[in-house]
Parts: sequence; structure tokens; C-alpha cells
Amino acid sequence: MWRDAGLVAGKDLRIELRSRVATNQVAPFAVLVLILFAFALDPDRGVLARAAAGLFWLAVLFSALLAIQRAFAIEAADGGRDGLRLSGLDPAGIFLGKAGAVAAELAVLEALLAVGIVVLYDVSLHGAVLLVATCLAATVGLAAAGTVYGMLAAGLRVRETLLPLLLLPVVAPVLLGATRASEAALGLGTDSGWPWVQLLAVFAVVYVGFGVVAFGPLLEES
Amino acid sequence: MTSTGTIGTRVLGAATLVALAITAVMALVVSPPDVVQGDAVRLLYLHVPTAWVAMYLSFGITTLASALYLWRRTRSRFWDLVAGASAEIGVVFIGLTLVVGSIWGRATWGVWWTWDARLTATAVLFVLYAGYLALRRVPADPQVRGQRAAIAALAAFVDVPIVHYAVEWWRTLHQSATFLDEKRLTDPTIHGSMAWTLVVGVVAFTLLYAWLLAHRFRVGWLADRLEDEGLERALAERRAEAELEEV
Repeated sequence: MWRDAGLVAGKDLRIELRSRVATNQVAPFAVLVLILFAFALDPDRGVLARAAAGLFWLAVLFSALLAIQRAFAIEAADGGRDGLRLSGLDPAGIFLGKAGAVAAELAVLEALLAVGIVVLYDVSLHGAVLLVATCLAATVGLAAAGTVYGMLAAGLRVRETLLPLLLLPVVAPVLLGATRASEAALGLGTDSGWPWVQLLAVFAVVYVGFGVVAFGPLLEES
Repeated sequence: MTSTGTIGTRVLGAATLVALAITAVMALVVSPPDVVQGDAVRLLYLHVPTAWVAMYLSFGITTLASALYLWRRTRSRFWDLVAGASAEIGVVFIGLTLVVGSIWGRATWGVWWTWDARLTATAVLFVLYAGYLALRRVPADPQVRGQRAAIAALAAFVDVPIVHYAVEWWRTLHQSATFLDEKRLTDPTIHGSMAWTLVVGVVAFTLLYAWLLAHRFRVGWLADRLEDEGLERALAERRAEAELEEV
């Protein structure tokens, strides 16, 4: 299972490295979102700095949608999904591989966005450990839930509009938890961020487990 | 065309009507106005039953039917249709719960909406299952769609407790008490005719749910058959045309 996961993740990441869609489209989009937030909110009154954590995670969420759509679009052409199905790889391994690749892309994106909010929104990072733990748990959760729903919508005619509607309510707790925990890490909130990290970890475990079990039936039917 | 109703559903429908009428009389005439809220409290008799039907009954049955559909031994179109029908009723009733709650909130607290934990969780639940219904409407092979819808229903269900705890913490970690005193509303110490009206209301709406489910299921089942027969008829017609040409 782990070997298969490594193979699939390697394949997806290699495609992203070579096609440069993630670097040329998704990453600039994420930065664009940060700039648009500045237009929507008044940058002079400190609104941006106070809302920085929430805006950061919203930008991650929107970019994650693109990354997930992309992760399944690359297999839509040339019967890629049939190839994957016939490859004899463990479905759980395929799930972990795809989710792992999405998580890796998101992690890079988060690093970029973190620099973005420090530079553009004038916030300073306080609790580095808390921030890293938050990003780790939230990223795994987002990638796992995203991969499950990406597969649910894959191959359907209306997938581009269906995926956000399906995925965003499910990951609402991730947005909530990651925002609160990051606020604490940025020194904006009053409460400790660790209970939220626990919630994010529970979410991640639940959806990784769900994906491992559900990916077999999802892969075999369509 | 013959009617597709059966004696069972007609009796159920009649019982639902009677129960709803009793609820209306008890809620509007028999039960007293609240000491604090006045007549606005009567919305309780609509609000609680719709919430019960939506959140526990409908989504519970959707989850159960989806699990039975996925389990190989009990897999059949029947469970897929039940899951879809139940979720549809659930979304309608959760919408009603939000609307009635909003009107009630306006009357008692002066605002249409407040970011209270329970309200927020209910709103998230509403869009969660609206997404599930959208997935069910996607044009695709019924088998593929049934399988995906069932998995989506279970994926949504495992999210419900997480959403619940997330919003609960969100509102309680920051402010200790909201001005919404839910304890008083749901306090089990409400007495007499008020409690009885609530019980009758829950029974009436449960009957309504069962009646709606039976009919929604039947419509779904007929739509399925129409699709199958339409295909067969089209095939037969083409075949007949081909035979004519040969002659």
C-alpha cells in the first residue's frame, strides 16, 4: 500500500513539475486572492492584519479547489483513470498517493501564502510550532477530504461546479479550526490554539480513514 | 391511468391530516401564550418538529439507506431511492426550520440571524445535504450515481459531529453566554398543554415525513421505470423500422 502510494504521489508530482500548471496558475491565483482581499477590506484600519488568519485559510481553500480539480483532470484524458484501475495498484495506496501529492502542493502553497500575508498584511509570526502543527493537520485533512470528493465528482459532466458545492461545507470545520489556531499563532486571538489543532487532527484522521476504505468502491465502478 | 396510491398510503395521509389539524388547534388555541415571549412561543410547535424530522429522521434514514446500498448483500435500487427521497425531504424541512427559526428570532431577539452554535451548524448541514442532492441530479449512469451518492451521504454524515463540535467551540471559547437562552426553550420542565402540543406536533410531522417519503419514493421509482421502458420502446421502434426497410 505504501509503495503504491509513493508511486502515485511521485507520478502526480512529476506531472505538476513538468506541466507547471501549479506553479504558473494555482500559485499566482493564491497571491491574487490575497491582493483582492486588500481591495475588498480597508488596508489602512488594520482590518487586514486582524483578519489575516482567516483570509490566509480562505486563500488556501480556494487554491485547494483548483489543485484538487487539477489532480483529477490529469487522469481524465487518454483513459488515465482506466489505466490506474487496471494497474493492479491498491486503491488505498492510490488514494494515499493522490492525497499525498495534493498535500505536498498545498504545503508549498501555504509557505508562499505565509510569506504573502507577512509582506502584504503586515503580520508577524509568533508561535512557530503551533503554526506548523496547524498547517500540517489542516493540510492533511483538506487533501484527504478533497481527494475523496474529487474522486466523487471525477468524470461527471458538471464536476467543475459540483466540487466546490460538495467540498466547501465539508471542510468548513477545517477553515474554522485552522483560522482560530492560526490566530493564536499570530498573536491575534486570546485563547490557546491547541484544542483547534486537535480538532483538525481528528478531521484529518477521519477523512484519511474514510478515503482508504471508500476509494476501492469509488474506483471500481465508473 | 390508474392511481398509484394504496390503501396504506391513503390511511397514512388521512392520519397525517388529522394529526396536523390537532397540532394546529392545540398550538393556536389550547396552549397558553408564554409568560415572556407571548404568542411568539407558538412557533416552537412548528420549529421543533421540523428540526426533528430534518436532522434526525431524514438524514438518519438517508445514512442508513446509503449504508445498506453500499453493503453488497442488501444492494438494490430500493435503498438508493429511499436515501434520495429522504434527503430531499430533509433539505426541505431543514430549510423550513431555518426560516421558522429566523422569524421566531426576529420576534423574540430582534434579529433574523445570530451566529449561535446551533444555528450555524444547522446552516452548514443545509448546504452539506444540498450538495448531496446536487450530486444525485447529475446526469450519469444510475449505478455509478447511486454508488457515488451513497458514498457522499456517508462522507457528509461523518462530518456532522465534527461540524457540531467545531461551531460549539467557536462560539463558547470566545463568549461565555449568548443572549439566546436555549436552556429555557428546551428545558424539560415545560409543563402541561405546552409539552403535549409539542409531543403531538412531533408525531404529526413524523407521520407527514412517512407519507412524503412513500410518495417521493414512488415518484422516483416510476421515473426510473419510465427511463427503462423509454429506452426499450425506442429500441423496439428502431428494430421495427429496420425490419420494414428490409422488406
